[in-house]
Amino acid sequence: MMAMTEKERADLTSVLDAWRGFADGKWKKTIDVNSFIERNITPYEGDDRFLAGPTDDTALLWKRVSQLLKEERERGGVHDIDVNTVSTITSHAPGYIDQAKEKIVGLQTDAPLKRSVQPFGGIRMAVDACEAYGYKLSPEIEGLFKEIRKTHNQGVFDAYTTDMRAARRAGIITGLPDAYGRGRIIGDYRRVALYGVDRLIAGKKAELLQLEVDAMSEEVIRLREELSEQIRSLSELKQMAASYGFDISAPARTAAEAVQWLYFAYLAAIKEQNGAAMSLGRVSSFLDIYIERDLKEGKLTEMEAQELIDHFVMKLRIVKFLRTPDYNELFSGDPTWVTESIGGMGLNGKTRVTKNSFRFLHTLYNLGPAPEPNLTVLWSKQLPENFKTFCARVSAETSSIQYENDDLMRPYFGDDYGIACCVSAMRIGKQMQFFGARANLAKALLYAINGGVDEKLGVQVGPAIAPITSDVLDYEEVQAKFEIVQDWLAKLYMNTLNVIHYMHDKYCYERIEMALHDRDILRTMACGIAGLSVVADSLSAIRYAKVRPIRDERGIAVDFEIEGDYPQYGNNDDRVDQMAVQLVDGFMSRLRKHKAYRGATPTLSVLTITSNVVYGKKTGSTPDGRKAGEPFAPGANPMHGRDRKGALASLASVAKIPYENSLDGVSNTFSIIPKALGKEDGARFSNLAALLDGYTASGGHHLNVNVFNREQLLAAMEHPEDYPQLTIRVSGYAVNFIKLTREQQLDVINRTFHGEM
Amino acid sequence: MKGRIHSIDTFGTVDGPGIRFVLFMQGCALQCQFCHNPDTWDTTAGRQVTVDEILKEIEPYLPYYQGSGGGITVTGGEPTLQAPFVAQLFKACKEKFGLHTALDSSGFCDPTHIGELMDDTDLVLLDLKQLNKERHVKLTSRPNDRILHFAKWLSERGKPAWIRHVLIPGVTDHAEDLALLGDFIGRLSHVTKFELLPYHRMGVYKWQQLGKAYPLDGVETPTEKEIERAKSLIEAARLRAEPAKCE
Repeated sequence: MMAMTEKERADLTSVLDAWRGFADGKWKKTIDVNSFIERNITPYEGDDRFLAGPTDDTALLWKRVSQLLKEERERGGVHDIDVNTVSTITSHAPGYIDQAKEKIVGLQTDAPLKRSVQPFGGIRMAVDACEAYGYKLSPEIEGLFKEIRKTHNQGVFDAYTTDMRAARRAGIITGLPDAYGRGRIIGDYRRVALYGVDRLIAGKKAELLQLEVDAMSEEVIRLREELSEQIRSLSELKQMAASYGFDISAPARTAAEAVQWLYFAYLAAIKEQNGAAMSLGRVSSFLDIYIERDLKEGKLTEMEAQELIDHFVMKLRIVKFLRTPDYNELFSGDPTWVTESIGGMGLNGKTRVTKNSFRFLHTLYNLGPAPEPNLTVLWSKQLPENFKTFCARVSAETSSIQYENDDLMRPYFGDDYGIACCVSAMRIGKQMQFFGARANLAKALLYAINGGVDEKLGVQVGPAIAPITSDVLDYEEVQAKFEIVQDWLAKLYMNTLNVIHYMHDKYCYERIEMALHDRDILRTMACGIAGLSVVADSLSAIRYAKVRPIRDERGIAVDFEIEGDYPQYGNNDDRVDQMAVQLVDGFMSRLRKHKAYRGATPTLSVLTITSNVVYGKKTGSTPDGRKAGEPFAPGANPMHGRDRKGALASLASVAKIPYENSLDGVSNTFSIIPKALGKEDGARFSNLAALLDGYTASGGHHLNVNVFNREQLLAAMEHPEDYPQLTIRVSGYAVNFIKLTREQQLDVINRTFHGEM
Repeated sequence: MKGRIHSIDTFGTVDGPGIRFVLFMQGCALQCQFCHNPDTWDTTAGRQVTVDEILKEIEPYLPYYQGSGGGITVTGGEPTLQAPFVAQLFKACKEKFGLHTALDSSGFCDPTHIGELMDDTDLVLLDLKQLNKERHVKLTSRPNDRILHFAKWLSERGKPAWIRHVLIPGVTDHAEDLALLGDFIGRLSHVTKFELLPYHRMGVYKWQQLGKAYPLDGVETPTEKEIERAKSLIEAARLRAEPAKCE
């Protein structure tokens, strides 16, 4: 055996020191964070009494951040923009909030809340966004990306067909990531803490070597180029950390280093990409292992452990991207979806809840409620009772967390998956998705009635079938035509997404995020639908009541008269709920017929984010009685006010949507007034926990829990300055209520509040 | 047999213990000025349902009700106006599902007519709205003798009851009335809970929708201080009266 060099010996010593006390496992030989977690986690079944409040430094830092956020609001939503620098991993000098107080450092630019320009997705978006906030992008950058360096956006429009452009304009497919970063990719940021960057580079170099194969096919060439880019990005990551005075080539040796290493990796990702959702993954229980070790070694106190998490979370709260007002209409309130998945169960039957799961949720008290990071509890019937009660309390008191059914997802995704964005589960480091926004099924139904003519534009967009001309709509006839329109839509939709993701890979590749994935990963083509409850209720109305279209001079049905009652989705009535189920099943099987780019597996979500308002605006009156322009219900929710049998009936309807055919998630946003949960706190928390247990047991996938009164929201509309941290859950994310557009605020206020008289 | 109902709520947490199925019956003999469900008064409105239909509505949610120590609560309107229907429903809920049953009543009924219903009722939620007879008439359109008689009748039969009183400033918060209330409760046995409910105005819009003038216009919800005062007045009288109670 060859003698070790001095450097190799030093490296080995430092790795062994970093891993001191950790139990052996597969993770030591290959990159396998889950094996590390499984071997080393300390599940926690106790209650929340161990938690520590904020330190003085935490309080002072948060005060400073709150002040900056206030200034940002006063400046119309953007604090500052660096218009002269294209953001890359290494583009900006180090930035601080208050360096002496920060236990975790690193900002996207050289100052907090200063937004950077990220034009690789599209230069137009960057130019418009600067202008919208009174800035001007430097002409050099504009010229560079218009004349010399092509963007994703331009690539997409070079390849879009006539049909695709028309469908996009009509809004039957919309919210597409064709002008902005697609996001929804979770790098396994934990790898940097556990292995150090050098080990990761070595691994990627080995993967590159494996690809010196006989036939240089297009796939191999592309992958070799991507791997080379990944290696380059890892070096840049080291360089960026070094600029803050940290050498992250070796693994983290302490909890503080583990948090810092991990955050640097995430920071590199958000400096490189302004994806729609830049989710964090599932880091809290991973980090707990380091904290436990430091606590045992007497190197850290509980107060200091909480401080690390508070400071880390504070950084996650100020992730900012430069976006246009158009974009904000779709995704309102400046969300970044720094989604962190907490809790869940291991495949070995032990819980993945640790003390650090509590510490993350506790930031909502130490720093007050906030929409980001998007705290997502992976709920299982088997979770420790103390943790369930704590979550229920946090929900009841902050309305800041969402729940997703771990018992439903674990069989599909194992025990080391995370949620990207709102409801999209994926194995961390082993799976990614091509985000596909959504198709508007309510509009598709109108196309079926109107012979493919768009009811707003008055032009042929869909297939030219014969319009329905009868006085009263016939269920069978509508269904038959609706099938044809859906066939057309699914095909067009898949083809459109193929164009988008081909170009995104080509012009806006996520180098550092993919560097933190295995080489061979599962890709999904994450399609989505909007208007589920509108269409289910419309079909029900056509079937069980009498629906008469009112046609304008062009023969387009612009309104509908309904005679009689009909069963409505949201009341646990199978007559209509099964229609919703069939819509999902049917659209998913249509999507499966089409070939997705790069061998991706098609999936479906029933999620609208806040675009239920925009979709509603772009869609004419529907046969369920919804008037033109009125919002859809968000996600898979029943239409506002139509769920009349109380919370359990409403939840039961949504729980019927089959997860196996909507593997990208089924979003349900639930609002209840505090006193409807019970009279005393204890009862309130246990009732809410029982409700979550019941919803998950019945196969429900996702639940946003809001606990507040309508009056409180009305007051916040009147006096936004008094409610800077009022946080509410919308579809799959949380938002500062006062940052929503007025229309969206009204939409939230008009939703069903369970327990109201 | 059919019952006339107003609506159902599958997730009730305030009218009895645990998570409950709440059935709102249609029709009421009183016309309380503070009523937050005036749309349940009309005995000809609502829809008619069978006991089986209601059982079917309950069944999907049994794990919630059974797991949380909850059950079913029938309220209204006034459920005793349809006592035979509610009796059948309660009986079936017990036999089929083993559910805890609660009756939320104004007590404006003749006990001799509801014996069967009481057999299958585990808990009565009884509103004592006003102990002063004249003020009771003004507030509810009827005298309170029957209600007080019903309360005593329950007490004699050892039926567990939650007594509730809505505190309306200037209407039900006179010191002497509150003392009378405390005294009355103190003499009852088997009162497992007393709830002082602050008056709220959340039902006002329903009066407007029905085209009725809202009689308590201008009345505010009570302040924390007023609630504390009322609680202590009632409690003091209740304690004084308790020794006189014959178990």
